[in-house]
Amino acid sequence: MTAALLPLIAAGPLLVAALLVLVRPPIVRRVLLLATSAAALTAGILLIRTTRDGSILSHNVGAWPNGIAIPFVADTLSALMITTTALLTLVCSAYAAATAEDEARYFAPLVLVLSAGVYGALLTGDLFNLFVFIEVMLLPSYGLLAMAGALTRLRAGRLYVTVNLLTSTIFLAGVALVYGVTGTVNLGELAGAAKDSPLVAAAVGTVLVALSVKAAVVPVHGWLTRTYPSASPAVTALFSGLHTKVAIYAIYRLYALLFDGDATYLWIGVAVVSATMLIGVLGAVGEDTTRSILVFHMISQIGYILLGAALFTTLGLTAGIFYLIHHMIVKASLFLSTGAIEHTYGSNRLDRLGDIARREPLLALVFMGAALSLAGLPPFSGFVAKLTLVTAAVDDGQWIAVAVAVAVSLITLMSMLKIWGGAFWGPPPEEPPEKHGDSPVTIATGVRVRPVVLAPALVLTATTLGLGLGAQVLLELSAQAAAGLLDTTGYVQAVIGR
Amino acid sequence: MTLAICIGVLVAGGVYLMLQRGMVRIVLGFVLLGHAVNLLLMAAGGTARRDQPLMDLVSPRTAADPLPQAFVLTAIVIAFAITVYMLTLAATGGGDDTEDAS
Repeated sequence: MTAALLPLIAAGPLLVAALLVLVRPPIVRRVLLLATSAAALTAGILLIRTTRDGSILSHNVGAWPNGIAIPFVADTLSALMITTTALLTLVCSAYAAATAEDEARYFAPLVLVLSAGVYGALLTGDLFNLFVFIEVMLLPSYGLLAMAGALTRLRAGRLYVTVNLLTSTIFLAGVALVYGVTGTVNLGELAGAAKDSPLVAAAVGTVLVALSVKAAVVPVHGWLTRTYPSASPAVTALFSGLHTKVAIYAIYRLYALLFDGDATYLWIGVAVVSATMLIGVLGAVGEDTTRSILVFHMISQIGYILLGAALFTTLGLTAGIFYLIHHMIVKASLFLSTGAIEHTYGSNRLDRLGDIARREPLLALVFMGAALSLAGLPPFSGFVAKLTLVTAAVDDGQWIAVAVAVAVSLITLMSMLKIWGGAFWGPPPEEPPEKHGDSPVTIATGVRVRPVVLAPALVLTATTLGLGLGAQVLLELSAQAAAGLLDTTGYVQAVIGR
Repeated sequence: MTLAICIGVLVAGGVYLMLQRGMVRIVLGFVLLGHAVNLLLMAAGGTARRDQPLMDLVSPRTAADPLPQAFVLTAIVIAFAITVYMLTLAATGGGDDTEDAS
């Protein structure tokens, strides 16, 4: 894969999206959506092959000279993220196709623009361009969230747009401050600047605060739990896999590049992520629908992922990146398998579901695999991720974070058992009490989850099992990505060419 | 100094409006805040120590920095798109004041 093709990864989906707006038959949109995602997945895998030895691809868009051009850069971390993003886009699109959600006129173009924004944000080597791509990612999300048009979604949409616009504005103010202090927004030229000057550190700190809101770190997580549960399952899975994770990627990248891993500020990170792990999971215990439980878990897991950046040791970063990839896959699998239940049985409330394990043995297996992986049990990838992370925290002497991480694992397992006990094992739903004004759910005896609706979740659970059994492959790639974050000279050289 | 005061006043007004209950006021608050940040971007280019960007009349050393202007242009376009979308959200559906029955 040559560097000149890098901008195509972001531009390709955008062009196809523009084309799809004009296309009428839904089947053409469906095929092109899946094909574009599959092409991006191929490109991601090729990128991993190229960058796995530590080499870094860089291309100046428009062939402008270094320092003026917007650079597109791909190292192992970007390549890993692009591959996972493309996989999730493909799988969630397949799920949307199975549930006929993609027949909505603008579903396919919106998803493609969303994925293009994510690829661009993962590849760009320019702070302002990062802002632009995050906006490219967010704008279609507003549309996807509001698409079904139900009143609750509209409320969630209002909250989602206002929170994201406010954080984007703060992000932009941070970029302005960085430019004011340093005179550049090129990540290569900014390398190490925040470590040398407290002024730059304050400016980049503003950017990092905005990114923390987008990543839903406690105490700025409230918007996530109030908006995600109102989207449709496919869209929730897509958002959970992409949005917050792009913010996490940017936090890793910016802290490594601009702060050069400065140890002065790391204690803030450790304190914040410990609170995130704990408060997220405690919130999950109190919820009573499958999707809101899973959304609270997301917050808790975001704490785990960012612990890697807060430790900023070789092992810590390796574990954090491994955890990031693992989490994107597992979380989407959980959203899609519970989404399959919701799609077929019409409810995601634990008190309306029951006896799924007997009705749907395969779906129960898929859910259980992903749930155990989330809680961190072998032989799934979650076990490797958590073990490496806790080992790294022990090595660093962060005993409080270690205690929190282990305790939170147990509570995670407990609330997963709550879904399991409520939806999968509990008694079959009786005539529900008429307290919420919903019409009672009646299930015809012949109704089963169709295999094509289940297949996307199955693929993802199989992936997490594969990454658990063959963890060495991903661990080596994560270690390579971590090495790129610890020693940024290669990245800087690729971006500014000296 | 003029720019700094302008930015301060705009942020104050924007934050005040955003803390109101009505969606339209919140949108107007965002408009003000967006302007404040755009001015901040302009200020980052060093407006005090630079001249008009007139070709051949002003040396490139003291001509206004074009990059923040490009930034602001991009930011205005994005903010405009989102403002339109937010106004749509404000016009559809009921008020936000009442919680769901659930």
